[in-house]
Amino acid sequence: MTHSLLVRPIAKKEWAVTSVVAFFFVVLMPLMNSFGWISDFTINLWGKYLCYAMLAISVDLLWGYTGLLSLGQALFFSLGGYMMGMYLMRMIGDMGQYHKDMPDFLVFLGWEKLPTFWKPFSSFPFAMLMMLIVPGIVGYVFGWLAFRSRVRGVYFSILTQALTYGASLMFFRNDMLMGGNNGFTDFRFILGFDIRSPGTKRGLFIITAIVLSATYVGLRCLTRSRFGLVQQAVRDSENRVLFSGYSSPNFKLFIFVLSSIIGSIGGALYVPQVGIINPSEMTTEKSLEAVVWTAVGGRGTLIGPIVGAVSVNAMKSWATRAYPDLWLIILGGMFMLVVLFLPKGIVGIPGMVKGWLQSRKPPEEPDPLPLTKVADKAE
Amino acid sequence: MDRPLILNAEGVNKSFAGFKAITDLNFYLAEGELRTVIGPNGAGKTTFLDLITGRTKPDTGTITFGATTELIPLSEHEIVRLGVGRKFQTPTVYTDHTVFENLLLSLEGVRGVWRTLFSKTTSTDVDRIDEILKIINLGSRRTDLAGSLSHGQKQWLEIGMLLAQNSKLLLIDEPAAGMSDNETALTGELLLKLAGKHSIIVIEHDMVFVKQIATGRKVTVLHQGSVLCEGTVDAVQNNPQVIEVYLGRKKAA
Repeated sequence: MTHSLLVRPIAKKEWAVTSVVAFFFVVLMPLMNSFGWISDFTINLWGKYLCYAMLAISVDLLWGYTGLLSLGQALFFSLGGYMMGMYLMRMIGDMGQYHKDMPDFLVFLGWEKLPTFWKPFSSFPFAMLMMLIVPGIVGYVFGWLAFRSRVRGVYFSILTQALTYGASLMFFRNDMLMGGNNGFTDFRFILGFDIRSPGTKRGLFIITAIVLSATYVGLRCLTRSRFGLVQQAVRDSENRVLFSGYSSPNFKLFIFVLSSIIGSIGGALYVPQVGIINPSEMTTEKSLEAVVWTAVGGRGTLIGPIVGAVSVNAMKSWATRAYPDLWLIILGGMFMLVVLFLPKGIVGIPGMVKGWLQSRKPPEEPDPLPLTKVADKAE
Repeated sequence: MDRPLILNAEGVNKSFAGFKAITDLNFYLAEGELRTVIGPNGAGKTTFLDLITGRTKPDTGTITFGATTELIPLSEHEIVRLGVGRKFQTPTVYTDHTVFENLLLSLEGVRGVWRTLFSKTTSTDVDRIDEILKIINLGSRRTDLAGSLSHGQKQWLEIGMLLAQNSKLLLIDEPAAGMSDNETALTGELLLKLAGKHSIIVIEHDMVFVKQIATGRKVTVLHQGSVLCEGTVDAVQNNPQVIEVYLGRKKAA
């Protein structure tokens, strides 16, 4: 027994595979893009997918690993997006429609001077700090209230849904001074780089890939540490956890805050890549979509949400062009198929096929030609 | 009684929406004692355990653990950390964790969020777990998922988890329920082995099992939320009041 922080050690082979995949996204794809083998459009699209993967991971950390189905993760994703958006709005400077050194919508609302809370967002480090702190605090306060009062199961889901719905109503209001229903858009610069140039987009893609890889590795270790075991024990038998002397509310609170922050980082990376953030991003539907990605990919694993977010969104990109009216039906159908036939999602398919093949084989006498036998019977 | 008391419950009352689940209950348990509590359905046996473990709070009364520790103001996990361990009626183990991991999470010590993040499994931990595995007879299932154990084995694992958390007082709710005769006998042996080192309260219906573990020891009969009588198994079984509440016979005029 090694004296490791991981109760369930991670095999060297797994580290090797993870490194290769991360290398592909962080180095190879951007390189191929700079050679022109992958279009700027594709790299930007994949940048978005990887941000969605961050959101899906935050859903799964709660749902798959702790048994808390949060329907409010889109809120944290959007909060991160808004914090980044405030910085990007400040970077427009006086290049907006009204040529004043503040966001157009504030001029339109009749503001002569920049509201005080907007001022520090001209600083990138401050905006990034807020991107971590604001969702962290919202998550902490909500989680503290919910877990102390032992809100569980479907009641927790309903509350998170109400939380994000309430927040979106707030952000839709103009007097919130966050751009109302138009939100923030028309960004120009990020850290002095032209946000629309292919180079900047490639840079944002690389950063997203690095952040996602680091998040994956960090959580892979976390979920296999003693903490991770307690977390999954809360999911499987919260009573036993309490009666083993753990304060399960504290564990749930920690995970909830961590997920909020991971979702927020995803949103902050998303906004400069899509160039817009508005309150429709924090509606319950958006949260539900992330739940579907997680279920389709395979919940209770870390690779599942990434696979789910990328594959469902790739499908969405295709279907919304090919069959725009049918997309929601396809999405709903996919969710039902997964729930009914693939409880472990896409990443569970190899295991299912293996189990199915083994169950077909009689343990003592393996059937050499099962297909011919079936054919014989049919005749 | 020579030995000091480990649990001292006096004047405990608890009602749920008018229904009196526990009425003026007085209960004393000495250190190292193995006490069996029997009683018909609805006698308040499980509620009594809920009260000790902080799951529900009594309306009136005191429950003292050891010499001075008042349990009522404490929360569930605080009571557990004092050394009160509870085994539920249906086996409650972490089914997606291995037997080893189940015991590891129960080991006394690391409990806070930050400490679990940075805790290493020491060789002392491993030795202690192997020792417990020997006691509960699950050494060969060490790396299997707890979900793959039989019903009886899960019960033993749960008892092992209480041992791992170094509980001084073990509260064991219907350990023999749903077990085969053989498993029941083995469970009885396990509990007898633990008596003395630990103080144990066993709640049970199965009279064969009660005879096995309670011979020569005190049995408490609960009825309508208070103690009906206490004594040896034979004395209790022949007590007319006990026969009456169990069989529902009317008092002879």
